[in-house]
Amino acid sequence: MLDVKSSICSCEQETDEQKYTKLAELMKQYKNREGRLIQVLHMAQAIFGYLPLELQRYIAQSMEKPLSEVSGVVTFYSFFATQPRGKHVIRVCLGTACYVRGGKKIISRLQEMLGVEVGGTTKDGLFTFEVARCIGACGLAPAIMIDDVVYKQVNPDKLENILAKYK
Amino acid sequence: MVNLTINGKNVSASEGTTILDAAKQNGIYIPNLCYLEGVHKIGSCRLCVVEVEGAKNLQPSCMVSVREGMVVKTNTSRVRQARKILYELILSDHPQDCLNCERNQSCELQAMGQRLGVKEARFAGERSEGGHDVSPSITRDMSKCILCRRCLTVCNEIQQVGVLSAQQRGFKTVIGPAIGLPLNTVSCAYCGQCTLVCPVGALQETDAIQEVWQALNHPQKRTIVQTAPAIRAAIGEEFGLEPGTLVTGKLVTALKELGFDEVFDTNFAADLTIVEEGTELLSRLTKAFSGGEAALPMITSCSPGWIKYVEHFFPQELDHLSTCKSPHTMLGALAKSYYASKIETDPQDMYVVSVMPCTAKKFEISRPEMRNNNLPNVDAVLTTRELAKMIKEAGIDFCNLEDSRFDNPLGLSSGAADIFGVTGGVMEAALRTVYELVTGRELPFAKLHVTPIVGLEQIKTAEILIENTLEAYKFLEGVKVKIAVTSGLAGAKILLDQVAKGESPYHFIEVMACPGGCIGGGGQPRPTSSEIRQKRMNAIYREDEGKTLRKSHENEYIKQLYSEFLQEPNGHKSHELLHTHYTPRGKNNELMR
Ligand code: SF4
Ligand code: SF4
Ligand code: SF4
Ligand code: FES
Ligand code: FES
Repeated sequence: MLDVKSSICSCEQETDEQKYTKLAELMKQYKNREGRLIQVLHMAQAIFGYLPLELQRYIAQSMEKPLSEVSGVVTFYSFFATQPRGKHVIRVCLGTACYVRGGKKIISRLQEMLGVEVGGTTKDGLFTFEVARCIGACGLAPAIMIDDVVYKQVNPDKLENILAKYK
Repeated sequence: MVNLTINGKNVSASEGTTILDAAKQNGIYIPNLCYLEGVHKIGSCRLCVVEVEGAKNLQPSCMVSVREGMVVKTNTSRVRQARKILYELILSDHPQDCLNCERNQSCELQAMGQRLGVKEARFAGERSEGGHDVSPSITRDMSKCILCRRCLTVCNEIQQVGVLSAQQRGFKTVIGPAIGLPLNTVSCAYCGQCTLVCPVGALQETDAIQEVWQALNHPQKRTIVQTAPAIRAAIGEEFGLEPGTLVTGKLVTALKELGFDEVFDTNFAADLTIVEEGTELLSRLTKAFSGGEAALPMITSCSPGWIKYVEHFFPQELDHLSTCKSPHTMLGALAKSYYASKIETDPQDMYVVSVMPCTAKKFEISRPEMRNNNLPNVDAVLTTRELAKMIKEAGIDFCNLEDSRFDNPLGLSSGAADIFGVTGGVMEAALRTVYELVTGRELPFAKLHVTPIVGLEQIKTAEILIENTLEAYKFLEGVKVKIAVTSGLAGAKILLDQVAKGESPYHFIEVMACPGGCIGGGGQPRPTSSEIRQKRMNAIYREDEGKTLRKSHENEYIKQLYSEFLQEPNGHKSHELLHTHYTPRGKNNELMR
């Protein structure tokens, strides 16, 4: 997968216009590549933080693809968000292994701690809280992921400590 | 040729043939649900599975091609069992509300259950919600969708409009516009081709039957009905007649028995369109060839699915469209003016119904441009399928009806009007008139058919040399008029891309939104395959050739209409009643403009 974080910073000071210019530039580079729609969507999400309908429409038009196809891809992958996201994204794995080994308990504890439901973003904009299918750490389930970091063998009581690092 | 055995029978099929088709060619039916010959195969329903010797798993016969020496069994108990289970799994996420469903008795899912001998639905599962979406033309009930994705293929590949796609995934999958938007906010052309292929009650025309019954029951309403050319060549299929059976006379009788006060023919307005549009073409050509500016190519405007498409996708090219309204709105406008004063009736008390092969016309009549004197030109549009339902509901024995004739003065038409129902027909009709106006001679083709533009090909072109013109048209002497004809929106896109780039070599283009033209319209009987389109097309040409009146400008009632009412083609009254303008809409999402 494309390493979007290192190539594109998403500074909060940027105006929308600057963001669109940046995206347009990057889209040009991806013009003739296979499977470029997904890459472009990744970049767009890195720049804007999420993929609202206006942005999907802009991408559809620039890439001469139907909007429904773009939105089909966006809604297919849980990685893409159509709502604004928090500074950090917590994904709790609910793949089979993690589910069996207590993933649900982690979900309910996080709901209490953050005060939001799955899919939501905390009021201070710090965390977005999501569920993932298998994140490839089944051997050390249950697992969660915060941004790009995977935490293994998590139990509800470890969560305070883990989250503290991000505050 | 590849040799194989199917159920112990030695058969051969050409290379690349699927097992399903090879079986079919040899009289063996393999159940199939998502597959649509020549249009769509993705292997999603799995009902077509068969046993292939040497393969561990059952194979989807619509996806797998025949191989030399293959041994196929389509009818073992393992296969039958698997099909039943697959079928019951589809049902587990289906409303099973057949008695209240529009597709009851005409549903491919229902018929499949009967064929497979399924008597129970053992898996009660969670039901996906789907959602109900009503637009002026199309109603989507996604709770009934079985995810065969035929609509998606038709919208994206055949029409290349691309407003339908799979959204979400897994159990939540919905086939629809971006992020669940309703159809009336996206660039849908309302062509209805998706409703033609949907095997179940998930995609339908938006109902007008109830309103029409109400008008018919209303004691004060003067109800007027008109039927498009393509109906007479198709509606018989709804009553079990062979595709391509012409039922013009029975159709008129049925409409009278339903209680309509007048039965007019949209064909009359098709003749009128030719006179108006031909005049418009000549005036554009006159300008262009005498050094002036005119938007060429001129493009026909009688297909409202095409109009909505071009407004969305080529909003900067709208001046190429003829300003003529579509024939049925012309006829509606005349019924509520010319005819109303003839019969001394207040147009407010008139109710005009159009029976159309088309779903886009349901939207068209709601456009603000399709009103005169504060009244809509047409009050309701019924599809061919809807009219058939009403005839059945009224208990009319359609196949045994006597023939009747359309009412005048808006009922007589030439053969040129009949062919409005097929791709190439509007162009040919226009040429029959324009060529004669310019040269004083008949169009130089056998039986007046412009052969290069007859048929189901996507894009057809021709050049017509103008020679020995009449004095008034000397400036056209020696000009080769270049024409192009297309049906289906994918072809329209190709021709319009040329126009947008300024590279179009044509003077005049005919576009119909539906493949094959109106005979293959989104409101026509199901199924509509290429084979059936061809049969309906042949019927339309038979209707044309069976008339002595073959040219629009020779229609006596058209002449009378001009002398009594309109005065002259493209004159003041015409512009008020028969011409329109267009709305640039832009791509993707109207709500966000
Ligand atoms: S779509 Fe077919 S099976 Fe489903 S409710 Fe309607 S008629 Fe019955
Ligand atoms: S009506 Fe035509 S354009 Fe609209 S969704 Fe159906 S196939 Fe696509
Ligand atoms: S809406 Fe109809 S055609 Fe489209 S996927 Fe669903 S069942 Fe198939
Ligand atoms: S199931 Fe959670 S990491 Fe695989
Ligand atoms: S018909 Fe072959 S998989 Fe549906």
